[in-house]
Amino acid sequence: MLDQTPKEIVVREGLCVNPLKTCQPVGALYAALGVSRCLPHSHGSQGCVSYHRTLLTRHFKEPAMASSSSFTEGASVFGGGANLKQSVKNIFDVYDPDVIAVHTTCLSETIGDDLNSFIQELDLPDGKIVVHCNTPSYVGSHVTGFGQMVAGFIRYLAQKDAPKIDKIGLFPGFVNPGDIRELKRLLALMNVTAIILPDPSFALDGPMTGTYKMFPPGGTPIADIVALGGVKKVLALGLLASKEPALTIKSRCGVETELLPLPMGVAGTDAFLLKLKELSSQPVPPELELERGRLIDLLLDSHQYFYQKKVAIFGDPDTVVGLVAMALEMGLTPKYVATGTPGEAFVVEAKALFAAHHEPLDGVRIKAGADLFELHQWIKNEPVDLLIGTSYGKQIAKAEDVPMVRAGFPILDRYGHAYHPLIGYPGTRRLAELALGALMDRYDRDCADEDLDVVM
Amino acid sequence: MDFKSAVLGKYNARIYKNRKDHILEVKEGLVQKIDANTRAVPGLMTNRGCCYAGCKGVVVGPLKDTCVITHGPIGCGFYSWGTRRNKARPDADGNNFIQYCFSTDMQEPDIVFGGEKKLKKAIDEVMAIFKPKRIMICSTCPVGLIGDDIHAVASQAEKDYGITCVAFSCEGYKGVSQSAGHHIANNGLMKKIIGTDDGGLLGPRSINLLGEYNIGGDGWETERLLKKIGYHVVAVFTGDGSAADIARSHRADLNLVQCHRSINYVAEMMKTAFGVNWLKVNFIGLSSIAKSLRDMATFFGDPEIIERTEAVIDEEVKAVTPEMAAYKSRLQGKTAAIFVGGSRSHHYQDLLRDFGVKTVLAGYEFGHRDDYEGREVIPDIKEDADSKNIENLTVSPDRRYRAFLSPERYLELKEAIGLEEYAGLIRAMADGGWVVDDLNHFETEEMIRLLKPDLFFSGIKDKFVAQKAGVVCRQLHSYDYSGPYAGYRGAANFGRDLTMGLYAPAWRLVTPPWREVESA
Repeated sequence: MLDQTPKEIVVREGLCVNPLKTCQPVGALYAALGVSRCLPHSHGSQGCVSYHRTLLTRHFKEPAMASSSSFTEGASVFGGGANLKQSVKNIFDVYDPDVIAVHTTCLSETIGDDLNSFIQELDLPDGKIVVHCNTPSYVGSHVTGFGQMVAGFIRYLAQKDAPKIDKIGLFPGFVNPGDIRELKRLLALMNVTAIILPDPSFALDGPMTGTYKMFPPGGTPIADIVALGGVKKVLALGLLASKEPALTIKSRCGVETELLPLPMGVAGTDAFLLKLKELSSQPVPPELELERGRLIDLLLDSHQYFYQKKVAIFGDPDTVVGLVAMALEMGLTPKYVATGTPGEAFVVEAKALFAAHHEPLDGVRIKAGADLFELHQWIKNEPVDLLIGTSYGKQIAKAEDVPMVRAGFPILDRYGHAYHPLIGYPGTRRLAELALGALMDRYDRDCADEDLDVVM
Repeated sequence: MDFKSAVLGKYNARIYKNRKDHILEVKEGLVQKIDANTRAVPGLMTNRGCCYAGCKGVVVGPLKDTCVITHGPIGCGFYSWGTRRNKARPDADGNNFIQYCFSTDMQEPDIVFGGEKKLKKAIDEVMAIFKPKRIMICSTCPVGLIGDDIHAVASQAEKDYGITCVAFSCEGYKGVSQSAGHHIANNGLMKKIIGTDDGGLLGPRSINLLGEYNIGGDGWETERLLKKIGYHVVAVFTGDGSAADIARSHRADLNLVQCHRSINYVAEMMKTAFGVNWLKVNFIGLSSIAKSLRDMATFFGDPEIIERTEAVIDEEVKAVTPEMAAYKSRLQGKTAAIFVGGSRSHHYQDLLRDFGVKTVLAGYEFGHRDDYEGREVIPDIKEDADSKNIENLTVSPDRRYRAFLSPERYLELKEAIGLEEYAGLIRAMADGGWVVDDLNHFETEEMIRLLKPDLFFSGIKDKFVAQKAGVVCRQLHSYDYSGPYAGYRGAANFGRDLTMGLYAPAWRLVTPPWREVESA
C-alpha cells in the first residue's frame, strides 16, 4: 500500500498528492440540503453534481438530491444564463421544491456568469424562491463552500428589520446530523430556543419507513431564515465554516454575533454551555453535570492507555481543532495536525490549544494546506501510535500498520457514524471509547501470549 | 396508462419533446429507434457525469504504471480517487499509482494568470518523487476555458525527461456525458501508447481484453478463465492494466470487447491500423460466458482449444451449479430494472435470466444508439453540435498490419460469430419491456411506483432512494463493495448478493408492530 511514497520529503509547489480537502461546491450542496424543501442546484457541467451527490451519499448512506445546469461546450462559450433559466423552470415543474439553492462551479465562475442578474431576471412561480452563492472550486475548500451557501441564504432571505423574537440563531457549522441532534438536546436542556441554519438532520439521517420522500420533513424552514434578522443573538460554530455566515448576518441584519469553535471536548462543551447559560439565565441542569462527570470518570479510568501515545489528526480545520482539544484532554500527544483547507488561522488555533494544555510544540507539526502524502511522509520519518481522521487515512494506516479511528468528513467506509455526535460530552465519550478500543486491540494483537491481559 | 404515457404526461411541453423518444416499449420483431447520446435536460437530475469522468475516471485512471495528473482545482482529482473499485496489483516494477491522486490543485491566481507553469512544476515534482515512465494529464473545465496548452506542456515533458507524456483535453463540459471522455481517452491511447513496443514474444492465441476495468476483480476472474483454456492475455484495457502492456497490444491475434461503449473506438482503430479483429463478448451470465468462450475457440479454430473450452465450461458450470440453483430457488419470478452506464444494463440481463429474474426496464446513462440498436445504425447517426467537438481520429493501415484470418475465413467467421458486430440492448429484451435512455430522478421514482420491480440495479445516487421506497437496490457500478460478478464464480456471487438483499431480515422490521395493529 502506497509503496511509491518515499521517506525523504521533496518540497512541492505545483503538485498535490492525496488531497485532504475537496472543492467548495460540495460543501454548498450539503448546506442547502439542510433547508426545508430546498433543492440544491449546481451551476456548471453535470459531472460536478454527480460527483458531489456521490460523495455525500457515500458519507451519509442517504440520498443527496441536487440538480445541475448541465453545461455543454456551447453554454461554456455563450454563458450559462439560458441553462439556469431552463433548469429553474424544469425543477419547479417537475420536482416542485419551495426553494432552489444555486451554487456556482469553477466552470461558471471562470466564464464570469453573473448569477445575481440571472436570478433577478427569472420569472418565478408564486411563492417560489431562488438563492445563490459563489463557490469557485479554486478557492478555499468544501468547508468554505458550506459557509458560502449558508451566507447565501442569509443574503437572500434574512430580513433586516425582522420582528424581534425570543430566540437565538445557531449556525452549527460543517457537522453531521448526529451533531445537530446533540446541539438540539443541549439547547432544550438549557432552555434556549434557536433557529438552526442549516439543519441537515432528517434530510441526511432519515428513517426507513417504506416511503421515499424527495423532500423529507425537517430542515430549516424558509420563514425561520427570514426571521433570523430578529434573533437576540447568533452563535456561529466552527471558526472557518461559520465565519462567512457570521459576518453576513452581522453586517446585513445588525444581529449581535459570536463566532465560536465547535463545542468539542470537555472544555469546548463547557464553554458552549456557559454561553447558553448566559443567554437563558438558567443554571446548567444536573443531568448535564452528571453526564460531564461520567465522561471525566471515563477519561481518568482509562488515562494510562493514552499517556505518551502519539497521534496524527487530520481532516477539516474546525473538526481537527476540536479533535486536538479532545486528544489533549484524553492525555494523548498530538504529533501531527493537518488540514488540506488553506488558512493559517487553523495553525494559530491548534497552537493555542497546546499552550492551554502546557504541552510543548517540539517535534509537533501543524499545517494548513497539507495533503495526506505529506502527512504520510512525516509518519515515515517519525511514526505515530494512532491516526484520527477521515477515510482516506486508511491507506496510511494500512501502509504503516497504525490503528485508526474515523472522525470527520468524509467517512466513506463506515455505517452509522453520522448518527453519533463528535460535539458535546457524548462526542468526547465516543471518541475516547473508539480510541481506547483501537489502542487496546493493537496492544492485544502485538503482545506476546503471556502478556495478554484479560483484565485491562 | 402505460409507463411512458404516465411519465411524459407530467412533463412540460419542452421536456416532453425532449424525452419522448428516449423511452420505448420493446416490440419483438420490430426495428426500433431510440434517442441517445443527446444533451441532458438542464435541471432534470440526470445521473450522468462528465467528459473528465469518462476519460480520467474510467479509461486512463486504472493504468497502474502511469501517473495521471488532474490539471485543475482539487475536486475533480479528489472525486475520482480510489472510488471506482478498479482493482490493481503492483506491476513488474512494483508500481501501483492508482492508490494515488495527483492534482495541480489550481488556485485563483492560476486561473487568472494561467496554469501551465504550475502543471510544468507538478510534472517536475512527479518525476523527482515518483520517476514514472509515463505521465498522463487530464484537463478539467477551467483549463480549457483559460486556454492552458497542456499538449505543449506534455511535449516539453517528453523532451525534458525522455518519458511518454499524454495530454487529454477532457474538460467536463465537452460532449453530453462521460462518453465523450471515453472517446478522447481512446484517441490518446491510440496516438501515443498502442503499437509503441514491438519487443518480446507473445504466446500463441494472444488476445487483449478491451473494456474490462476490473471492478471488484471482474477482470481477474475473466483472465483466470481465459488462461485456464490456454489464451495469452497481452493487455487489459484498462483494469489492472498497464500502459506497458497496451504498448504491445497491437500484436495480439484478437481483441475481446466487453464494454462496447467505452472502448469500441480503440477496437475499430486497431482493426484498421493493425488488422486485429474484435469480438464482442460478455463474461457476465452463464450462457453469455459459454457463448463468448465458444466464439473465441471458433475464431482460433484450434481443435485442442475447442475441446479445452468445452472441458473448462463443463468444469466451471459444475462447480457453481448447486449454489446457483439454491439462489435461483429464492430469486425465480422476481423482476428487475437496470440503469447503468453503457454496457452493464445489457450484460446483466443475461445473468438475471440465469436466476429466473425478468428485466422490466433497462437503460443506459450514456449509451449511444448503437449500444441500444446495434452497430448497423452507426452510419445513420447524425452528428450534432456536441459530438462534432470530439475528435474522430482517422487511422490507416500501419506497416505492421497483420490479419490473423485469411480473407475467406474472415467472411465465414464474421457471419458465424459476429466479428466486429454488436447487436445492442433492445434485441436482448423481451416483448413489453421498457427501454429508457438517461433515466432521470423523476422517471426513476415513477418507474418504482408504476413498474414495481423487486430489484433495481443502479448507482449510489439512486441506491437509497430505491431502498427508502422499499425496493432492493444493488449498485452495478461498484457492486456494493462486493464482486467479482464476472465469470462463473462471479455469477454465484451475484446470486448470493441478490438473495441477501431481498431477504435481509430488516425488511421484515420496517413497520413497527403498533402500526401493524393500527392498519389491521
